[in-house]
Amino acid sequence: MNVSIKSKAASVEFQQVSKIYGGQVTAVDNVSLNVNAGELVTLLGPSGCGKTTTLRMIAGLEMVSSGSVFIGDKDVTLLPATDRDVSMVFQSYALFPHMNVFENVSYGLRVSKLPKDELTEKTNSGLALVGLTGYGDRLPSELSGGQQQRVAVARALVLEPQVLLFDEPLSNLDAKLRRQVREEIREIQTNLGLTVVYVTHDQEEALAVSDRIIVMRNATIAQDGSPRDLYEQPADSFVADFIGEANIMDVIINNVDSQSNTAEVHIGDMQLQLPSRGIPAGTAKLAVRPNRIKLSTHKSTSDLTATVRKSTYVGNHMEYIVSTEYGEWFATTDNVDQIHNVGDNVYVHFSERGPVLLPD
Amino acid sequence: MNRTVVLWLAVGLFGFCVLPWYVLEDGLWSFEWLDGYPFDTDYAPGLFLLLQGEKLWLAPIPLVLVFPLLIIGATKRHAMFSRVLLITGTVGLLYLLTQGFSIGIRGWNSELLNLFFGELGDRQFGFGYGAMLVGTAFLFFLTTGIAARGIVNGDVFVVGAIGFVIALVTLFILYPVLNMLSSALQTNEGVYSIRVFFSKFFSDKIWGLHCLTENRSCGVAWNSLALALCVAALTTLLGLVFALVATRSGLRQAHFLRPLTVLPIITPPFVIGLAIILLFGLSGAVTTFVADLTGTNPTRWVYGLPGVLIAQLLSFTPIAFLVLIGVVEGVSPSMEEASQTLRASRWETFRTVSLPLMRPGLANAFLLGFIESMADFGNPLVLGGNYDVLSTEIFFAIVGAQNDQGKAAVLAIVLLIFTLTAFYAQRRWLGKKSYTTQTGKGDSGIPATLPRRILYPSYILVALWGTFTLVVYGMIVYGGFVEVWGLNHSLTFKHYITAFNFNYGENGIHFIGSAWDSFWTTLRIAATAAPLTAAIGLVTAYLLVRQNFGGKNAFEFGTMLSFAIPGTVIGVAYILAFNVPPIELTGTGVILVLSFIFRNMPVGIRAGIASMSQLDKSLDEASLTLGANTWRTFRSIILPLMKPAIVAALVFSFVRAMTAISAVIFLVSAEHNMATSYIIGRVENNDYGIAIAYSTVLIVVMLTVVTLTQLLVGKSKTGRRSTATPIQAA
Ligand SMILES: Nc1ncnc2c1ncn2[C@@H]1O[C@H](COP(=O)(O)OP(=O)(O)O)[C@@H](O)[C@H]1O
Ligand SMILES: [Mg+2]
Repeated sequence: MNVSIKSKAASVEFQQVSKIYGGQVTAVDNVSLNVNAGELVTLLGPSGCGKTTTLRMIAGLEMVSSGSVFIGDKDVTLLPATDRDVSMVFQSYALFPHMNVFENVSYGLRVSKLPKDELTEKTNSGLALVGLTGYGDRLPSELSGGQQQRVAVARALVLEPQVLLFDEPLSNLDAKLRRQVREEIREIQTNLGLTVVYVTHDQEEALAVSDRIIVMRNATIAQDGSPRDLYEQPADSFVADFIGEANIMDVIINNVDSQSNTAEVHIGDMQLQLPSRGIPAGTAKLAVRPNRIKLSTHKSTSDLTATVRKSTYVGNHMEYIVSTEYGEWFATTDNVDQIHNVGDNVYVHFSERGPVLLPD
Repeated sequence: MNRTVVLWLAVGLFGFCVLPWYVLEDGLWSFEWLDGYPFDTDYAPGLFLLLQGEKLWLAPIPLVLVFPLLIIGATKRHAMFSRVLLITGTVGLLYLLTQGFSIGIRGWNSELLNLFFGELGDRQFGFGYGAMLVGTAFLFFLTTGIAARGIVNGDVFVVGAIGFVIALVTLFILYPVLNMLSSALQTNEGVYSIRVFFSKFFSDKIWGLHCLTENRSCGVAWNSLALALCVAALTTLLGLVFALVATRSGLRQAHFLRPLTVLPIITPPFVIGLAIILLFGLSGAVTTFVADLTGTNPTRWVYGLPGVLIAQLLSFTPIAFLVLIGVVEGVSPSMEEASQTLRASRWETFRTVSLPLMRPGLANAFLLGFIESMADFGNPLVLGGNYDVLSTEIFFAIVGAQNDQGKAAVLAIVLLIFTLTAFYAQRRWLGKKSYTTQTGKGDSGIPATLPRRILYPSYILVALWGTFTLVVYGMIVYGGFVEVWGLNHSLTFKHYITAFNFNYGENGIHFIGSAWDSFWTTLRIAATAAPLTAAIGLVTAYLLVRQNFGGKNAFEFGTMLSFAIPGTVIGVAYILAFNVPPIELTGTGVILVLSFIFRNMPVGIRAGIASMSQLDKSLDEASLTLGANTWRTFRSIILPLMKPAIVAALVFSFVRAMTAISAVIFLVSAEHNMATSYIIGRVENNDYGIAIAYSTVLIVVMLTVVTLTQLLVGKSKTGRRSTATPIQAA
């Protein structure tokens, strides 16, 4: 690792930020968030929920309609992009087609009038960091998609920005390359200790790279937490379903033991003891991941009966849709050797850990 | 220290202390003024005028100018920063203009001021370079102050550019036009009178309807309107037919239609008219042939509506074609295929799907044809006969024996009302949609071929039109070599020799032909105007495509407005506005350059918009997040990527400046005569030989320029971008 690229990582803070386009479209609605220095935080959410807008407000490419933005301890709300110490990797990479790789990567350094030799050194170590030493003379059009991506990263890195932003950086790469590049990004980020805000709509990608994930929905934050938190303790059915799919079902909590914070939940004959998560007795929702729904051909005491509606072989696992008295559920299992066929009657139970109670 | 403030302070002070304050009769570059500089009051800079106790009303200007020294050390976030600059800019500009407009060659410019302040006993000429720089400094102080308020993200470059374009449009489009309006309201004695205006405006000469009842001609307004409606309808129809044949006939040869669109660009507008005279005039080839054949006397039937109509159809059909070919290509083939899979026949598909989808484009072509015809001056001038139209009437009101500026202004207003209405309708009703037809998305469908009942008549029309165009251009070339058309058809080089003779003397080449003077002037002025037009056009396009600011729609309307102002109107407006201080430009080359810049600016803007819309906006944003400011981004990212558009705009404005006639004819002077006005002069002397020879030379020169640049630009194209063809009709 070359030493000459360092990090000046700083935190990012939004205080009640809103963005309204043309007086009508509210793209971001009263959002407050906080990214610590040296942390990789992902903004995750369905298309149109305001992720890009949020990112662009950090960059200074959009000005907030109300609220304030801090980078480090400095209020940058009114500063335009040029004057913020933030770099961005664009979805389309936005490499300048009339400049070669070296000129692209050194552009920011040239603009900030770095002395010639320092500029060359920095640029070369930037290229080395992304494994593109020796590609300096090529034009962007002479590179593969993955290489263009790396040039874009190097270009953003050499400025040693306080914050580095990525807007769906992998969406133009093929599936194989995606995994590799996202690991490289994560590695560079941890090695240099960069503050990174990363936008994606792909939950798997988000789970894989992030220190923390902020899930957005309809211009607001739905939940903010570590990948594990979000997966195992979703705040509501939207998050539960958006991150890793879940069967959401209506249940009734019979009573809550306030000592152990355990709730007693019934679905037909099936009885579950689950962490109550502060939800009082009464109606509630239950989220169960597909791999936490077990199907078997032998009935044990509390099982529900179900009929297989659909059975799909997808290589490394089986996907079933079963219908029960309580709705149609989606279940997966690694067992591809013993297959339930459509129309079969099966018995269903949930694994002990996994199902999560959600407020109604 | 704030670099922007220092820069404009320096510019302003240089203008005030070093450059001559007033306009120089012989121009800056003759350096005539060095004799007597800096004390002679005609040549002195503002500073020296004041030191000698002359023109004391200029005294407040330097005081305002140095006001920003107060904040020269402050950052732009300082509370006083923007306030000081706003005050400096506003007060400075207002005072500069007020004194300029109040004090003229005869002292106070109005009786009121005379009464109020007493006789001045002094006078002043128009603004010179010194005043211009000081004014520029004030303008940019103002925009920098506005930017410091946080407008457009506080971007100094963008606010400055907006302010600059607004100032130019105000000064060189709005001011002359409004000034013309006000002179229309005056009697010949200079008294304002609404009654006189109305009596002029509603005169029988303009609105009379005698042609309906008696054998007299109607008012010029009706003539113009009738002509424009016919031309608009027919060019739209022809343009549609050609566009359909070019794209939907399945005929490979149809590609030859495209180069035709270059013709109206490189052909001076009256040349077609000349060719028509050679063919159908009293001694025209066709006329005499038919007369001989039938034993009748040749007539002058072509002079008047028929001739002008034919000439304008030939001139403007390619424009409609250019607009409509985009529209026709924009109709997604999959929609037509969808219709066909739903069991519609080809004819039904065409009638119910394709045609309705083209409707906005058709309306657009119609309005463009209308405006072009209304504004055309050259063809009615050579072919109009007794069929008077507005554009020529304006000319004769000012240039002829009448010399009635008020009447010219009134006619110009009538013309302006027509074209502005059409322009407004076009913008309002159609927006810009029909210009951006290509989505860049692949559409795998195959364009449906036309139903036969449309295809075959189309072929015939195209063949006829093509032949006719060939004949017309053939006549132009041939006509230049004929001794005297209609009398003596022996071939000769006489006309070329008279116009373009040169010999080798001791001191190199001597250009002794009669046309050289105007030829060089034309080249020089067109070459000066072209880069300026392209620059202003591209900057404006950048502001329109890439920036958001309040009043952007009005800004766009204002910058595109000059497209709807016919050249004759601009001509009249310019001589009325720029004949007297504070801006004295008549008789100079500058006024010609300015008229070209503002006439052709919309073309530059269109070309810029077309190619800038193809540049991914994230390129700019990447540059901004890498710490470059907007000016740097514009310079090192956008400009290099727009090279093809820049070249296109350059060539385009160059060629348009070479072929323009309508505004030019008012603005030329003995010293600065242009090729086109020289040619018109020959035509008026019935000297067709030279006129035609000269026209041929112009066409060849421009064809060369256009072809060369297309070759050059074609080569320098980088892989993934495609050259945007500017919409010619803009
Ligand atoms: N320039 C704009 N003008 C108007 N609406 C916009 C603009 N940019 C984004 N929007 C709207 O704001 C919302 C959020 O957009 P965006 O932040 O791009 O979503 P995401 O990146 O999450 O897909 C969307 O509804 C979008 O249509
Ligand atoms: Mg997005």
